[in-house]
This record gives sequence, structure tokens and C-alpha cells, in this order.
Amino acid sequence: MVGLAAAFGSGAMTNSLPELEDAKVIFITGSNTTENHPIAAKWIFRAKAKGAKIIVADPRWIQMSDLADIAVQQRLGTDVALLNGLMHIILKEGWQDQAYIDERTEGFPELAAKLEEYPPDKVAQITGIDASTLRRMAEMFAKEKPASIVYCMGITQHTTGVDNVKSLANLAMITGNVGFASAGVNPLRGQNNVQGACDMGGLPNVFSGYQPVADETANAKFSKAWGRELPNKPGLTILEMFNGIDDGKIKALYVVGENPMLSDPDLHHVESSLKKVELLIVQDIFPTQTARMAHVVLPGACFAEKEGTFSNTERRVLLVRQAIPPVGESRPDWEIIRDLSTRFGYPMNYQSPEEIFEEIKSLTPSYAGMSYARLADKGLQWPCPTPEHPGTVFLHKDRFTRGKGAFSVIPYKPPAEVIDADYPMWLSTGRTFVHYHTGTMTRVSPSLHQEQAEGYVEINPADARTMKIKDGERIKVSSRRGEIQIKAKLSPKVDRGVVFIPFHFAETAANMLTNPAFDPAAKIPELKVCAVKVEKLAA
Amino acid sequence: MDFRTVPTICSYCGCGCGMLLEVLDGTVISTLPMKTHPVSQGSLCIKGWNIHEFINSDQRLKHPLVRKNGQQVQATWDEALDAAAQGLRRIVDQHGPDAVAILASAKVTNEENFLLNKFSRAAIGTNNIDHCARL
Ligand code: SF4
Repeated sequence: MVGLAAAFGSGAMTNSLPELEDAKVIFITGSNTTENHPIAAKWIFRAKAKGAKIIVADPRWIQMSDLADIAVQQRLGTDVALLNGLMHIILKEGWQDQAYIDERTEGFPELAAKLEEYPPDKVAQITGIDASTLRRMAEMFAKEKPASIVYCMGITQHTTGVDNVKSLANLAMITGNVGFASAGVNPLRGQNNVQGACDMGGLPNVFSGYQPVADETANAKFSKAWGRELPNKPGLTILEMFNGIDDGKIKALYVVGENPMLSDPDLHHVESSLKKVELLIVQDIFPTQTARMAHVVLPGACFAEKEGTFSNTERRVLLVRQAIPPVGESRPDWEIIRDLSTRFGYPMNYQSPEEIFEEIKSLTPSYAGMSYARLADKGLQWPCPTPEHPGTVFLHKDRFTRGKGAFSVIPYKPPAEVIDADYPMWLSTGRTFVHYHTGTMTRVSPSLHQEQAEGYVEINPADARTMKIKDGERIKVSSRRGEIQIKAKLSPKVDRGVVFIPFHFAETAANMLTNPAFDPAAKIPELKVCAVKVEKLAA
Repeated sequence: MDFRTVPTICSYCGCGCGMLLEVLDGTVISTLPMKTHPVSQGSLCIKGWNIHEFINSDQRLKHPLVRKNGQQVQATWDEALDAAAQGLRRIVDQHGPDAVAILASAKVTNEENFLLNKFSRAAIGTNNIDHCARL
């Protein structure tokens, strides 16, 4: 979010999923698309069938790598070096779109100067990708249009996450690929309504529609609508909240539909913080690890038991309809929040989600032209400012949201934790095609459970041989923060010296091991890279 | 026998695929893809096809719980909402609104996230609201 917002003025996916079909080039990085976003992958397959060139850069050999025209496995955490290296080659060869750069962007001379420092030989050394492959990648990406970039958490979950995203934005802009159909920079959102949670102001610094709390006009507008003077100083991010609990500043935590006990980096820290907080209120559909620690548990209704809207990864607002009544005594989350607020002393009287949506429209310009009636058909993509507006398929046409596209000068920084003699292997984490996030929803599903019942660590067969580890054997993986025992799965998907653990499984939680050092701007934890030791269990 | 098909949206990933839930006598018995949806056009992945299984899971939370003497015990909605509201009230009165933090959700609807944002900023009076999607 932060990286793209700085470059373009909006943090959302610039283009739409169906547009991928007509891209000439698709560069996929840090997204295991076939497993995590299977239906997005379908549009990439269609593009391939129509002759598009596919480039994949991922530390693991993923399914998409098999399909790619060029697939590389850069060393973990070296994305900025790789992207700077590609841009270096593009400029040296004169493959950039100079007219676009001159007309639509600012900050190019500074970027060009910095890129001088990333010649192919040096980049090859950092990334482990040889110079001739780098040249082929640069040529393939730059020489045909439209070229689309697709990325996911593999790019953002690093201490350099914002740098990685800004570098992707740089690459898209020097080749003139933002503001056109089938082009752009496209973050695939992991959970179904991440986009909506952000759009609706589930962030410490903005109201709905990304209107800053510190902006005088915006703050006055919301204060008037809600009949109270609203605070104008941005609040705490999630990791700052947990630190705040440790410092005794945060006394109460109200968690809705989240399981930080499994999704957060450094589980021990989260657990000790949750134990310390005076009042923990958890609202969820399942008794998650977090819910079990709560003082008050409020059972919510699931998506099939209520009405409302979700905003998908391409900014499309979609209508969710009620199929059955809430199970047991559970209640729709909007009713719970409404009633809690009233009892707390700030009365809310909404009778339906649609009534709430009308308020959203009145305060959020990008949603202003929508209505449940208009959404019923195929949904609408924001911005949709008026009732006649057809919605926006791709952003930044003719002009960036912020005016000119901003290049950023990004130097390569190695990951926060690097391997050493005590912890000699890289650990990377992620999800698999069967399960979803912390597994609370998918692991109770018999069909999905059967596909994949327990956690495992992927290790390269050559490394396993050296350590005399057999496929299926339980082994120990430890880091500076903790250790877990887990089944080994020999797999050539991971490079030598790297292990991979999916994070869905509480009993073998990868996040016991990961590193909470976080990106200074986006405050995204380094979940993707840390240093670990792998050992056989004592006999 | 009451049989209905309800068009809705998959709640797993950000693709937002369209699906039809098949409902028999108040229970979702199966899931079908929706042909007219602009993104999924009649496809679903393995998670989508099986989504009715989690709706019906017997592990779902069915009652409010309140902790008493270190144990979570079943409570009425009145008890649970009062415990939550009075607890928050006491903390805000003693330590100020910024002693409260709220985690919004990438799982619940836009309307619910909007209300949480309003609850945090207008009712409690704090901007300490974030969500787990940074993760
Ligand atoms: S069906 Fe699969 S790809 Fe589509 S939204 Fe659900 S989880 Fe995502």
C-alpha cells in the first residue's frame, strides 16, 4: 500500500484481473499465483495461450516457473538489487519509454544516476542470477507493451517491502506501463477483503477512502457527520499495539475476525502481550488461538449468514447475500459492533447493512456513485464518484492520482537478519493452495484437511542428504526466537541453503521462528526471511 | 422442503469469485461457480468449491463467552456485551481513549469495517485501529 501510494498516489492494484489476458508480457514476482490466487492465475494462463511472454522471479521454483519463458530464483531478500539491475540494463540499451518518462513522471535523473551503481556483474553476484539471464529478462520485459507486473506478499513481507514495491513502480514507469489497459503494477491481496478493510479506514492514519485523519477538511467533515470532535493524530500500527501492551500503554484490545496468535511474526511476543492486556475482546466465527485467550468472546456470523459488500483485489465492490440464518446464537458483526457501541455510550441505530452503505457513500467520494442496486449485477470498481459513473477498470489513465508519477531512488539493503555460523540456513514462509491464512476456516473443512493435514518444512534433497534427513522424518528447526519440531519434505522447489514452511498450522507455527524487525515505512514485519538452524532430532 | 440458490462472493481470497450457495432447509449443502461473474466466469478453486464445509463446521462459535475465575464460560449476549462495553468504559475513563486498540478485519464486510472505524474514532476516540493484512 505505502510503496504504491508514494509512487502513484494510490496503493491499490492499478489494473483488473481480466485485463491480464491481453498483456504482452507478465512479470510475476513474490506471488505463488497458482496456489494463492488460482483464479488470477487462470487469466495469466489465458494470456500465455494468446502468446504473452511470462517472466517469473521467485526464490522458490513455483508452478508458474514451469510455464514461464524465463524463470529465475533470486536469493532471498535481493529483490531491489534484481530490479535495479534490470533497469540499469534497460537504460544502457535505451529500451526505456523516454516520452512517457518526460511527460508523466518526475525524479528520473536521480533514479538514473543511482542505477549506474547496479551493473549486471555486481547484480549477478548479489542475486545469484547470471548476467546474460538478467539481460534477457530486461529485454523481454522492456521491448513489448503492455507489460503487467503481478506481485504478492513475497515482495511486501520484508524489512525492505516498501523499497521492493517502489522498485517495481520504477520499473513499470521507465517502460511506460502505468495508466494503460493490461499493464500496471498489481498487488494481489491475500485475504478476501483486505482491500475493503483498507478502503473503509481500518488503518491508523486514514478515514474511509484514504482521507487522512490529520487533514483538517477531512477531519472536520467526519467530525460533523459523527457528531464528535475526532482525534487527528495517527494511531498505532499492529506491531506498535503489541509493543504498547508491553509498555503498559495499551490496556484493552478488541480483535475482530483476526487471529494474530498465528499470523503475527514472533508468536512468543504476541502471546505474552495478549496475556498481559487487561481486557481482550475477540469477535470471530471460530474459537481461534487468540479467542481462547479472550476475556469476552463474541460469536460473529459468517459471510453466508449476512448481507454486505466485499472489495476484491481489483477494487471491485461486490454484493454478499445472506443464504441462511446465523448459526447458533451468532450474530452478524455489524449488529455486534452497533450494539457494543450503544452500550458503551455512543448510540448506533442501523437497521441494515444497506443503511451503513448509504453512510459510506456520503462520506467516501470513491464509493459515492455506488448502491446495492447497482452492485447487484457485476459489482463496480472504484473510483465510482457519481450514480452514472461506470466504475474504473484501470487507474492513472492520462494522469496519476498524485499528478506526476514519482520515481524513488532505492539502494539495495540486505535483509535484517542474515545467515551466520549459528543459524546457517534461510527460512522463508508462505501459504499453500489448500489452506488459507491461519487455517481457522480451511482446516475444519474435511475435503481440504484431507489434501493437507499437517505442517511441514521443505528442504532441498541435496541439503537433506548432507544432514542425513529422510523424507517425512521429524526434525528440529530453530531461530534466535524459538524452535519447532516439524516433518521434513524433500523438495527441489527450494534452493540449497533455504527451507520453506507454510504458516497455516498452529502446532508447527513458522511464526515461532520469524523476525519481527519491520519495514520502517509500511511497518510490515519480516515474515519472509530469517536465519535458522535445521537439525535431526536426537535419537 | 425448501430449496434455494443464493448468489454471493467467495470469502477466502482477494479474487472475489462469484458463487452460488445451494441451500436446503436452512443448510448450505453445496457450492457452485457463477458463470456471469466478471472475474471467475464459472470457475472456482478447491477452496471455493468446498466453502460450505466451513460454514457447517461444528467447531463454529455458537454462544458468547465471558471469562470468570480464569475460565471462559457460556454467557448471554446481554452479559457479554455489557462486560465488553463496561470494560472499555472503565479503561477509557481511567487511562484515556488511546489505551484502547482495535484490530479490524480483512474477513468481514466493508460495512462492518466502516462501523469499526467509526466505533474506534467516534465512540472510543482513538485512531489506534489497524488490521492484520500487513502480515
Ligand atoms: S474460489 Fe478460490 S480463487 Fe476464487 S475467491 Fe475463492 S479462494 Fe479465491
